[in-house]
Amino acid sequence: MSSPARHQSSAGGQDIPHARTTSTFVGMPKFPAMAKEALANTQQRHNLNHATHTIRAKRAEVVDEVPDWEALRVDGAGTKDRVLADLDTYLLQLEDNLTRAGATVHWARDADEANRIVVDLVRAQQVEEVVKVKSMATQEIELNEALEAAGISAWETDLAELIVQLGHDRPSHILVPAIHRNRSEIREIFRAEMGKVGKPAPDDLTDDPARLADAARLHLREKFLRAKVAVSGTNFAIADTGTLVVLESEGNGRMCLTLPETLISVVGIEKVLPTWDDLGTFMQLLPRSSTGERMNPYTSTWTGVTPGDGPQEVHVVLLDNGRTSVLADEVGRQALRCIRCSACLNVCPVYERAGGHAYGSVYPGPIGAVLTPQLRGTGSKVDQSLPYASSLCGACFDVCPVRIEIPKLLVRLRTQVVDEHRGGAPSAEAVSMKAAAWMFADHRRLEKAQQAVTASSRLFGRRTSLENLPWPATSWSTARNAPAPPRETFRQWWLRTHGEDA
Amino acid sequence: MTRVALFATCFNDTMWPQTPQATVRLLERLGVTVDFPAAQTCCGQMFTNTGYADEAIPLVRSFIDVFGSYDAVVAPSGSCTGSVRDQYADLAARAGDPGLAADVAQMTPRVHELSEYLVDVLGVTDVGAYFPHRVTYHPTCHSLRMLRVGDRPLRLLRAVKGIDLVELPGAEECCGFGGTFAMKNADTSVAMGGDKVRHIRETEAEVVVAGDNSCLAHIGGLLDRQRSGVRSMHLAEVLASTEEEPA
Ligand code: SF4
Repeated sequence: MSSPARHQSSAGGQDIPHARTTSTFVGMPKFPAMAKEALANTQQRHNLNHATHTIRAKRAEVVDEVPDWEALRVDGAGTKDRVLADLDTYLLQLEDNLTRAGATVHWARDADEANRIVVDLVRAQQVEEVVKVKSMATQEIELNEALEAAGISAWETDLAELIVQLGHDRPSHILVPAIHRNRSEIREIFRAEMGKVGKPAPDDLTDDPARLADAARLHLREKFLRAKVAVSGTNFAIADTGTLVVLESEGNGRMCLTLPETLISVVGIEKVLPTWDDLGTFMQLLPRSSTGERMNPYTSTWTGVTPGDGPQEVHVVLLDNGRTSVLADEVGRQALRCIRCSACLNVCPVYERAGGHAYGSVYPGPIGAVLTPQLRGTGSKVDQSLPYASSLCGACFDVCPVRIEIPKLLVRLRTQVVDEHRGGAPSAEAVSMKAAAWMFADHRRLEKAQQAVTASSRLFGRRTSLENLPWPATSWSTARNAPAPPRETFRQWWLRTHGEDA
Repeated sequence: MTRVALFATCFNDTMWPQTPQATVRLLERLGVTVDFPAAQTCCGQMFTNTGYADEAIPLVRSFIDVFGSYDAVVAPSGSCTGSVRDQYADLAARAGDPGLAADVAQMTPRVHELSEYLVDVLGVTDVGAYFPHRVTYHPTCHSLRMLRVGDRPLRLLRAVKGIDLVELPGAEECCGFGGTFAMKNADTSVAMGGDKVRHIRETEAEVVVAGDNSCLAHIGGLLDRQRSGVRSMHLAEVLASTEEEPA
């Protein structure tokens, strides 16, 4: 198919832009090292374990209530696939209908271009601050940093985002960006930081959730009432009506979408749905998968500009940033079906232990381990390590509302990482893999190697398990014993008991 | 007469011969004639899952050569069976060899994990086993989510005489083995295994049973290091156990 972002329609696959590895995460240690650090943080581990298990149970309960859940999943995946197979057509239809409804559509190839568009739009309004409703796309392109560089303050209004922003922290979960924090940590952040950037937290703030929410509400209200420009993301963009849809739980998003005079929405090009009808499926899939709710609390939809009501200037930035290169891979493109529900994070045993920061990207967890190297390429150490940040247990696929085969995509990316290193100086791993493959190529070679194993069994006497292993198996034996080698392999036993002359 | 080819798996053949031995004893007891094609080596899973697809492709070819003529192949390993059934088609596609792809499509449905073979092909759940111990069962991820063996292993275990089968809390959570994951992300792997072992010990079982010696090596390795006294055993060994020949 031709590339959907218009100005690159002449690109023949060669010069399709790749997402840049953005500055925040450059030079991050790779996954195992970052995970090790997170594992040592017992408070965070406890917070994560508690939060993921709670939401996991809630999700399972409400999903079980739906008799035709599997049919819904198939439907959701099918709709997304249909869009992805014909993305250029749907995007052009979306642009037409948005424009007709009074919105202005901008196309952004990469993070720089998107940021420049947004900064220019905000500058044109001559304001020094904007309010934001949670948007992963803007985190992906690091819009807040770009705005800050241009002297514009961007205030996050989603409660969890606010906690992350005030805590000078990074988000660690798609839906609950401050999942690694507990209530008392949040209280400390509010007390220490709110006053520096706006209305301070009350002196007698406790860690009662209702009190914390109150403090956030008062702090944010001041910002909502002052803001002339808002920046949002979008959950879905409906092509045949030009409608943008945002789902949220707090109502703060609705304030962002209705109060300011100018609304700028940054929309990943994979967010398109063909028709309003298609939304029905996702309104069932998303809330149950993400927050474990039967119905979404606050759903806002807007179609361009309505004179005298809501923002009078509406801009939509359609963002590529590596998505067309993901699209080019017929198997890999299913990752673009993702509706960012975060169900895969909440069931992932690796995410639960390692935490979101270990993934070195705004997209953590199983989908992040797939999507990030797909969007950014596997050039950096952290992006090479991400496909390996999984035990391939498959729990992520089972909960994914759009049936993304994450384990399969992880294996595919591992293959890509290995392939990209072929030809150069081989690593110790590559050497041992090649040696093992050579050995397995002929059973006589395997039998020779097995003789060495059984011969070594004499060294261990009656011991059945071993505590210390030589390199490279030391990473096994730091915490695990290993079985002692047997005196006889199975095939030797077989020959002895079932062999031709037995 | 029922005839089956045993795929012992390279790991069991070399390190856990008692598992394929038990599989043979069990199947023969049930009246099945077992063949062990000696040219077999490895299904290639370790290569595929670590990203070394090119190294795995010759093993796909050799698996087809060795087992292609059998009506049924049985392996005492959910994960090796999964690698054949779930990954061989992708590897054949990568090899760009339509002949191989056709052979794979022909072959893979005939490869069964042990509990599937017993329940679905032989149609038995009571295999006449005797195992008077307190046992808990860990459903390994590949059996559970790649092969969807469901409750077949539990149905087999429930029919064992003398067994005291106790439910494992958080049974469906990964133990953290994950092939080379156990080495590449050793800290996370051990953290996951630590929780699994804690749950196993909570059950006060004497024996933890699973259908994959690789996961059991990880779980058993942690249990041994803790000197827990809990034994780890493969499903085949429990099912092969009788009053005359206890495991
Ligand atoms: S990959 Fe699936 S489960 Fe994970 S966030 Fe995306 S839609 Fe949700």
